[in-house]
Amino acid sequence: MTHYLSKVMLFACLLFSQLFTQAAWANSADDYSSGLEQINSSKLKQVALGVDLLIRSGHPEAEYLLNAMLESKLYRHKKQNRLVMLLGKDGSKFTIADLNDSSNQETLSKRKVKRIPLNNTLRGKIKVYLAGKSLNSESGDVRKAAAQKLLEDLGDDELALFKTRLNLETNPDVIYILESGIALDKLANGEAYEKDQAIKFLSDSLQPAVRNALTTIIESGSDELKPAAKKALAKIEDKVEFYGFLEKLFFGLSLGSVLVLAAIGLAITFGVMGCINMAHGELIMIGAYTTYVIQLLMPNSIGMSLIVSVPAAFLVSGLVGIAIERGIIQFLKGRPLETLLATFGVSLVLQQLVRSIFSPLNRSVETPEWMSGALEINPIFAITYNRLYIIFFCLAVFALLFFVLRKTVLGLQVRAVSQNRNMARAMGVKSEWVDALTFGLGSGVAGVAGVALSQLTNVGPNLGQSYIIDSFMVVVFGGVGNLWGTLVAGMSLGVANKMLEPMSGAVLAKIIVLIFIILFIQKKPRGLFPQKGRAAED
Amino acid sequence: MTTTSMNKVLDKQTKIFLSVLASIAVLVIASNLLISPDSAFHIPTYTVTLLGKYLCYALLAVAIDLIWGYMGILSLGHGAFFALGGYAMGMYLMRQIGDRGVYGDPLLPDFMVFLNWSELPWFWQGFDMFWFAAVMVVLVPGVLAYVFGWLTFRSRVTGVYLSIITQALTYALMLAFYRNEMGFGGNNGLTDFKELLGFDLQANSTRIGLFAASAIALGLGYIACRFIVASKLGRVAMAVRDAESRTRFIGYKVENVKLWVFTFSAALAGIAGALYVPQVGIINPNEFSPLNSIEMVVWVALGGRATLYGAVVGAIIVNYAKTYFTGALPEVWLFALGGLFIVTTIFLPKGVVGLLKKKEAKS
Repeated sequence: MTHYLSKVMLFACLLFSQLFTQAAWANSADDYSSGLEQINSSKLKQVALGVDLLIRSGHPEAEYLLNAMLESKLYRHKKQNRLVMLLGKDGSKFTIADLNDSSNQETLSKRKVKRIPLNNTLRGKIKVYLAGKSLNSESGDVRKAAAQKLLEDLGDDELALFKTRLNLETNPDVIYILESGIALDKLANGEAYEKDQAIKFLSDSLQPAVRNALTTIIESGSDELKPAAKKALAKIEDKVEFYGFLEKLFFGLSLGSVLVLAAIGLAITFGVMGCINMAHGELIMIGAYTTYVIQLLMPNSIGMSLIVSVPAAFLVSGLVGIAIERGIIQFLKGRPLETLLATFGVSLVLQQLVRSIFSPLNRSVETPEWMSGALEINPIFAITYNRLYIIFFCLAVFALLFFVLRKTVLGLQVRAVSQNRNMARAMGVKSEWVDALTFGLGSGVAGVAGVALSQLTNVGPNLGQSYIIDSFMVVVFGGVGNLWGTLVAGMSLGVANKMLEPMSGAVLAKIIVLIFIILFIQKKPRGLFPQKGRAAED
Repeated sequence: MTTTSMNKVLDKQTKIFLSVLASIAVLVIASNLLISPDSAFHIPTYTVTLLGKYLCYALLAVAIDLIWGYMGILSLGHGAFFALGGYAMGMYLMRQIGDRGVYGDPLLPDFMVFLNWSELPWFWQGFDMFWFAAVMVVLVPGVLAYVFGWLTFRSRVTGVYLSIITQALTYALMLAFYRNEMGFGGNNGLTDFKELLGFDLQANSTRIGLFAASAIALGLGYIACRFIVASKLGRVAMAVRDAESRTRFIGYKVENVKLWVFTFSAALAGIAGALYVPQVGIINPNEFSPLNSIEMVVWVALGGRATLYGAVVGAIIVNYAKTYFTGALPEVWLFALGGLFIVTTIFLPKGVVGLLKKKEAKS
């Protein structure tokens, strides 16, 4: 009965407010202009009056003004007695602009202007108004975000907004958040049966606010509610744990993709040619710097420059790789330890070269818009786009390499040379040529990895060094000369690292993984997937 | 020991090397003490300490040459053993500071006071006694090498794989020592040493004493390595280097040979580290960095493998070049070092010593 009554009341309220807003509309423009006059003041009382008027006006410009006030960007020009917008600060110099015309800028001493004063009450008032505005926005995503934000600090004003909006809302996600908010209120202030219902309803929610409310009940609420609240909280905690696990898995896979990208070029040069290339990390670095240079060349289209960078980095690193092979490695055939030392020398030279050309400081590469942000699946689990793209990118590179090695003439010859060099030569394969191209391919893939890494970390001369040991670990762990092994090893090391991290801290997790690999090599000296057949024997 | 086997150990080159080492050491000390500071022939104490540092590096290089040159094990992690020996000595020196640290705590080193630790961790116990620290200098690297080698050689991890996991070993240790919670001073390592066995570390006489100790350690270490090389163990080690499977088939326990020589080499590296730390006055996790360990290998490669004295020559040439370049032309140093790696491996497979030998043979 009361339920029914409350619905009628609500309807009446709505009708009334609708009428009221229509009446107010006529005055909107007046309210706005007098509000503007009021806030152009250094007295808090007057400003408060102005804010009220602005809020009442509902004028589209009012929102913009109030937002600026919240962000402490609205100033008053003392001499000219007018409102101005702050654009930037540089020491004691402020850059300001007209309210309506941001192109009319002026730079002056900060003493010539004064910020429009604001206290916490006003701040709260403006926040609620703005949230209410965005709660009624056209876009469902904006509404969702606003509701989410309001839920975190739910007061009477916010609750009223929620109730009003719930009657108009069509988006199921937003409705759910609004209902959660109302349920939270019932849980705190409602009748006993309402509290029971609210707990039941909230046990499906993953909102942090809900968890806090339930914890409060368990700690200090009434005894009748405790068992139900505990049950609901346990249900929620289970879900939180599950999504926490998913999140770690996702982080692990993205770290694993980075490892695979860094290692897969090495898997080709090390696995197929049997030569250790300590300069591999520096080839990754060259790829990252190629991205940086291309972004400098096309500063206006960041997204496009990243796409251009992929083939460019492949070419640059690949050519450097071929030069290393022709210039040094071919003279050291069959002496793997010497190859290791000579290529280490190459890596030092390349590092210093980059330091001399680009300066030893780190450079940051910009991330295009479509790679920033996150895909929010629920309030506690979001997938960041850059990590997601890295996983896809890694799989794409892997698939492409797999295709090249399995289905092309070059791949056939590479595999022939790696299995039995002399026999392949006898069959007419130019092994020298295959060596150079294989090395170029591996190096080029390292360059492509550099493009991906430039999106995750800063680009500096030491970029490669930090990945070289990890890459070797991945290749050795997976089994030399086996692309699948590299993929599985990289992914599992990445996941293991991220799973250990919350327990032991990042550094210790890395040490544990390293020790694990050292012990693993003892058991299986040829890695997870050793090469089979006579060619594998020494 | 019979005179014939003694002659084998102290062959012509060894005798030449030892007499050159002894005369240089005596000359350096004499010129520092006897010639007046105004004379052009006076060697300042700073240079003596620098030379002492080179001698420590030379001892380390000899240790690496023993396993690489004579047994074919390329360790890219010998810096770890060197640094562990250094840390053992550093811990003794830290305890010697006593209450003269910044915080004036009689028991805890400064960094522990800074971390709000209330008592000395168990692994710091005993390091106030010199004999204990001296035993640890040999024992810690030795035991680590023994355990690592026991695991690795038994499962027949060889060649490039072995090199990579030795590198992983030193990398893991570096990460571990960078952690403050480990109790070894984290990033900053151990420093601010005051005295060794009651002698002031800043004093001229102590510095000369340390230089002399380094020279003696190098001489003794060299003789010990010669002894191993000339013994049956050494000959089996060379057989392992040249044809591991054949040696095994003949009936030798390849694993044991490798294990003992490797452990000895690690202990020798630890001693070098222990002598190095009081001379430079600091030990920090950077000594574990894989780059350092690879640089050490290049000293040996440049000097010439499997000669022992080649390793000494290589260590001194490269480190002198490093001191010169990092002072005069810091940008060029990495180019020079990188170039050295490439040129040595391609054009000088036998190192500088091999070059001299060739000339001798021609003339």
